[in-house]
Amino acid sequence: MRFRNDLTWADVTPRPLWLNRRVMLAGAGALLATPALATPALARIEAAKSAFSTTDAPNSLEDITTYNNFYEFGTGKEDPATYAGGLTTDPWSIVIDGLVDKPGTYDLADVMKDQPLEERIYRFRCVEAWSMIVPWIGFEMAGLLNRVGVQPGAKFVAFETLVRPEEMPGQSSPFIEWPYREGLRLDEAMHPLTILATGLYGEPMPKQNGAPIRLVVPWKYGFKSIKSIVKISLVAEMPKTTWNMLQPGEYGFYSNVNPTVDHPRWSQASERRIGSGLFGGRQDTLMFNGYEEQVASLYAGQDLAADY
Amino acid sequence: MDRLNSALRRVPTWVVYLAGVLPFLWLAWNTVQGNLGPDPVKAVEHRLGELGLQLLLASLAVTPLRRVGLNLLRYRRALGLLTFGYVALHLTAWVWLDMGLRWSEVTADLWKRPYIILGMVGFVVLLPLAATSSNAAIRRIGPVAWRRLHRLAYVAVIAGVAHLLLLVKVWTLSELTYVAIAILLLGVRLWPATRPQSRAAA
Repeated sequence: MRFRNDLTWADVTPRPLWLNRRVMLAGAGALLATPALATPALARIEAAKSAFSTTDAPNSLEDITTYNNFYEFGTGKEDPATYAGGLTTDPWSIVIDGLVDKPGTYDLADVMKDQPLEERIYRFRCVEAWSMIVPWIGFEMAGLLNRVGVQPGAKFVAFETLVRPEEMPGQSSPFIEWPYREGLRLDEAMHPLTILATGLYGEPMPKQNGAPIRLVVPWKYGFKSIKSIVKISLVAEMPKTTWNMLQPGEYGFYSNVNPTVDHPRWSQASERRIGSGLFGGRQDTLMFNGYEEQVASLYAGQDLAADY
Repeated sequence: MDRLNSALRRVPTWVVYLAGVLPFLWLAWNTVQGNLGPDPVKAVEHRLGELGLQLLLASLAVTPLRRVGLNLLRYRRALGLLTFGYVALHLTAWVWLDMGLRWSEVTADLWKRPYIILGMVGFVVLLPLAATSSNAAIRRIGPVAWRRLHRLAYVAVIAGVAHLLLLVKVWTLSELTYVAIAILLLGVRLWPATRPQSRAAA
């Protein structure tokens, strides 16, 4: 007889409740002064420290996991945390195709095989002018690209997110032409700052943040860092990207963080750091989100106002 | 409908003021309690703007409802003043909490950003309406001129809805609902008025 699942979403513990349980567990742990009890019973991912990490204090796990955009689950900032619980992330495979020596459908474990995991504490700047500090865990995109073998004609990397409307309620919305698409120029994808992230805060990637594997490109606006990737294609032409398809005048292919190039509807000169409270005010946005020293050379000779 | 109207006549206007202030108190309570999530600034700012727009639409619904026989006229001043209060708080939240009193960026936005300009237009046209809301002001101006002046509420609602549409990244059902209600409330005003009394007589 086949297994029948008669559980429904009504049986799932709401996230605020289990977060509360964690707080209680942590409290109990502190009370007993036994660190083993205070940490959640998940295996912490081993990851090396990185010189690319910022020394700024990261946002809390709660900030990072309850306030983000992931339109596959809805347009509200709290929608991903509310609706991502039903996403199946295991099994997971990624199609790698196009101008590569070893195209194929790679199981997630295979994608990650032999790629050294590092903790990268990066600034994260949303195009909506808010920002966070996130302690990602991941490996350099270049490691994977080198393994699959990039052929000489490849100039760009195109990415696609999973399409599974039965688990991603936001995909029933017609406002976006699914799948969500993103892309990088090959030199951007090969840059050591560019990572494929599989975790944060020592834990596997939370579903609402793009489990099981997502891109993180810290010098670009957050929407470039595509989540829940199922396809990576090496291509010769600049690929179509979702926000550019929606509003070409507002969201360019590059979308580098740049305080001097405004969004047509709002200024990008400053940003609000999430977690700084009601009276936290604003801070100046940094060129390339503070990674100018590492990445400015990629754009030598380019007019960044034209190539926004 | 007559029974409903006479029952409503017994509800004093302070009840409407009180009901209108409750969402603010609730918001303030949730702010103090830290219930607004990781970004309390946006939550406060959006809620105040949302309440301002909802109350403005409510005050613009009074006249069309009178046409179908429901008389809420004596609560319109309360609705209008509450609208003004929430829009003023929304503006304050933007300048203070959101922009962090960065006046150079605030003034730059006021010149350059259509959605900011529209929001400010909506606020500015509410100023003379709030200032002329008293009985004394109506007497001083005269009812005909007063009614003409208060058509600025139409400008305010168009500016308010356009402000909302320009500021969001994608239009969802919620934004389109505000648009539809605003179009409906302005649209019915273009229809020739039929007085409920004359219909009752016929």
